Amino acid sequence: MLELLGMPTQASTHAADIDNMIALIHWLMAVLFVGWGIFFVFVLFRFRKSANPTASYSGAKGKVAKYTEYAVIVVEAVLLVGYAIPAWAIRVGSFPSESEAVVVRVVAKQFEWQVHYAGADGRFGRREVRLVAAENPIGLDRTDPDAKDDFVDTNNLTLPVDRTILIHLSSMDVIHSFGLVEMRVKQDAVPGMDIPVWFIPNRIGEYEINCSQLCGLGHYRMRGFLHIKSEADFRSYLDEQAKGLTQ
Amino acid sequence: MDKVATSGAAAHGHAHEHTHEHHELGFWRKYVFSQDHKVIGIQYAVTGLVFLFFGFTLMMIMRWSMAYPIRPIPLIGSLLGQTRAPGGIMLPEFYNQLGAMHGTIMVFLGVVPLAVGGFGNFVVPLQIGAPDMAFPKLNMASYWVYFLGGVTMFVSFFVPGGAAMSGWTSYAPLSVIAQPGQLGQTLWLVGMVFLITSSLLGSVNFIVTIVQLRAKGLSWMRLPFFVWAQLVTAFLLLLAFPPLEAAGVLQLMDRVAGTSFFMPSGLVVGNVPVQVSGGGNPLMWQHLFWFLAHPEVYVLVLPAMGIVGEIIANNTRKPLWGYRTLVYAVAFLGFMSFIVWAHHMFMTGMGTTISAFFQTTTMIISIPSVIILTALLLSLWGASIRFTTPMLFALAFLPMFAIGGLTGLPLGLAPSDIPLHDTYYVIGHFHYVVAPGTIFALFAGIYYWFPKATGRKMNDVLGAIHFWGSFVCINIVFMPMFIQGLAGMNRRMYDGGLLYANNQGLPLQLNVVIGMAVWTLSLFQIPFIINFFASMKWGKKVSDNPWDATTLEWSAPSPPGHGNFLTEPVVYRGPYEYSVPGAAKDFSPQFEPERA
Repeated sequence: MLELLGMPTQASTHAADIDNMIALIHWLMAVLFVGWGIFFVFVLFRFRKSANPTASYSGAKGKVAKYTEYAVIVVEAVLLVGYAIPAWAIRVGSFPSESEAVVVRVVAKQFEWQVHYAGADGRFGRREVRLVAAENPIGLDRTDPDAKDDFVDTNNLTLPVDRTILIHLSSMDVIHSFGLVEMRVKQDAVPGMDIPVWFIPNRIGEYEINCSQLCGLGHYRMRGFLHIKSEADFRSYLDEQAKGLTQ
Repeated sequence: MDKVATSGAAAHGHAHEHTHEHHELGFWRKYVFSQDHKVIGIQYAVTGLVFLFFGFTLMMIMRWSMAYPIRPIPLIGSLLGQTRAPGGIMLPEFYNQLGAMHGTIMVFLGVVPLAVGGFGNFVVPLQIGAPDMAFPKLNMASYWVYFLGGVTMFVSFFVPGGAAMSGWTSYAPLSVIAQPGQLGQTLWLVGMVFLITSSLLGSVNFIVTIVQLRAKGLSWMRLPFFVWAQLVTAFLLLLAFPPLEAAGVLQLMDRVAGTSFFMPSGLVVGNVPVQVSGGGNPLMWQHLFWFLAHPEVYVLVLPAMGIVGEIIANNTRKPLWGYRTLVYAVAFLGFMSFIVWAHHMFMTGMGTTISAFFQTTTMIISIPSVIILTALLLSLWGASIRFTTPMLFALAFLPMFAIGGLTGLPLGLAPSDIPLHDTYYVIGHFHYVVAPGTIFALFAGIYYWFPKATGRKMNDVLGAIHFWGSFVCINIVFMPMFIQGLAGMNRRMYDGGLLYANNQGLPLQLNVVIGMAVWTLSLFQIPFIINFFASMKWGKKVSDNPWDATTLEWSAPSPPGHGNFLTEPVVYRGPYEYSVPGAAKDFSPQFEPERA
């Protein structure tokens, strides 16, 4: 079923779970639709006027429809209780602790993704609205000691493979949506809110960040890049960025 | 008795037969500012059809930009002007205007006015045996307020900066900061206030009319299914629209008066801090919007189900299967539609508890939908099916609504919604419900009740061309969207998603296929347009009850005059007494007394 549906590459640990659920639901849909379809075509043919000139006042008898109804209820209940609610609880309820995860802040603005790293000290520096400018897109206050080693990468999110990633997502202007197709991650970035997102990428590669919520005339080109690197390559990326700061 | 005869004469509508009770109305009062439910119904229907075609045209233009990005639009490109399409090449701003207005126009100016204002107004009083709506002046006001809303929306295309461009959902803060100092988005809000007011006036009228003006003998369980559908719809309009009316006014204040109902603190747009007091919440708008807009889905689809029920009963020549079940299912559907709205908002940072609630209600609401579909399908068993033009459209509704409904399942469960949210899968899903679903049912209704409104039948050959052409094309338009959505293609992309790696290959090629099918679909509406107008003048003249139907509207003259019925109608039986064993003919109308 999954191949038939043509879902994109799976590159995070929870992607397969989500895809399996989608496949399962499409099986339910297919069974119901084919069942209804066969019945529909049959009755249109069998009970056309020329084949059945006198209609039956009492109509259909039997309990097949009722049992189908019950079956649908049971399958939906299983999907809901067995898959959907627990799977969602893991996505939005059981966040990794900040000390174990790789923590990154992603700040959305028309029409780019600003990726804010805490640097070697692991602490994010203060941001001020009045400091926002073309050369300081998120308004980082460099006088704050915590901000000294912070760096910001525009439209590029670089992360290590097989590590738990915790992203704090926010927006500076309008609602955007942070979509990582291959990670099966999507989360609206809502101004005024800091929304955490977590996942574990398990496949090294070059991917993209989609903006999935209409955010203005540049929405269609609000694309970022996601680089999933080996631990060593990720280290060297961080070192390079740190070096860039001191120059 | 004398009074009945008098109004009966008037019902024929001939001027010389009028008595002292009816003075002849002038042209303006009779056809323009009419208080007659039938004239208002036809006004609503025709205006709705015009807006449907206009909204469809907007999509035809958008589809060019998606199929062939950054290429000049043929034929009309040069007419659009420098602010919309310089050199014939569409600007993203204009694309966003077309997108926002396509949704707004199709829903609020096309389908709802046609389904509720048009069919509801024309058919409901006739089906319940009433001489008119309970409040004719309110009815007239409802149409003209709707008309003002339509004019406001239409005019907004021609103000500097163009029409609203923040989606039909008008999410804040985008809608508040969009087009600063310009009118487009503001006019959208003003237009919405008009449209919602109009719906409120209409809904009150429907409820009172159905409760108070039923003919003698027309008990609740003898009501045609269409009337039940309209009654539930009227409650949805009455209860769901006021929150959006209030929210619309609040957003208007955010735009023009500097309030911050939906504007949080600390916004920075284009590196410049936004000068608002802040402290508002953008998600509040989404809650208020979807509290309206989910019941709105059922406002679109319930009248359609009602129409389909009428036509299936008539053309199968047998009673609807499970009439009571259908009535309870529709009422339950209406109630449930108020508590599923936040399934549109799973991606806004929703926690486990709230999402569990809305996922559960969403699964529950699928049950009455399945029941209704099953009952309509089972109604075909044992039938003697006449494939008339209205029946073709009504039958097509069933599989199309099934596809629309079923594809709602993965979207209604939060984890499977993650990859599909805001993709073309969503577009495919709700268009299957609304376009080949609801709009097909509305076409069925037009072909079915046209003889009642005009005394003439529409042409069946043109009807068949319209049906088969539309049926094939519309599936080629919407079916590929599921493939695109599963591949992760996002909606609302000016260039059709050209930049993104996951769209390369098949998903992008499908944009061309969809475009072709959309433009071909428009050609298959030409037979309908010709049929609609030509049949008014040259259509085959038919009797008052050309379909051998059972419900009350068919006892009135075609077209019914002022006051509708020649004699006061009395109801003797249920609405779908077809092929009653022992009866002389295969239909026993509600209005015919039992023979001794």
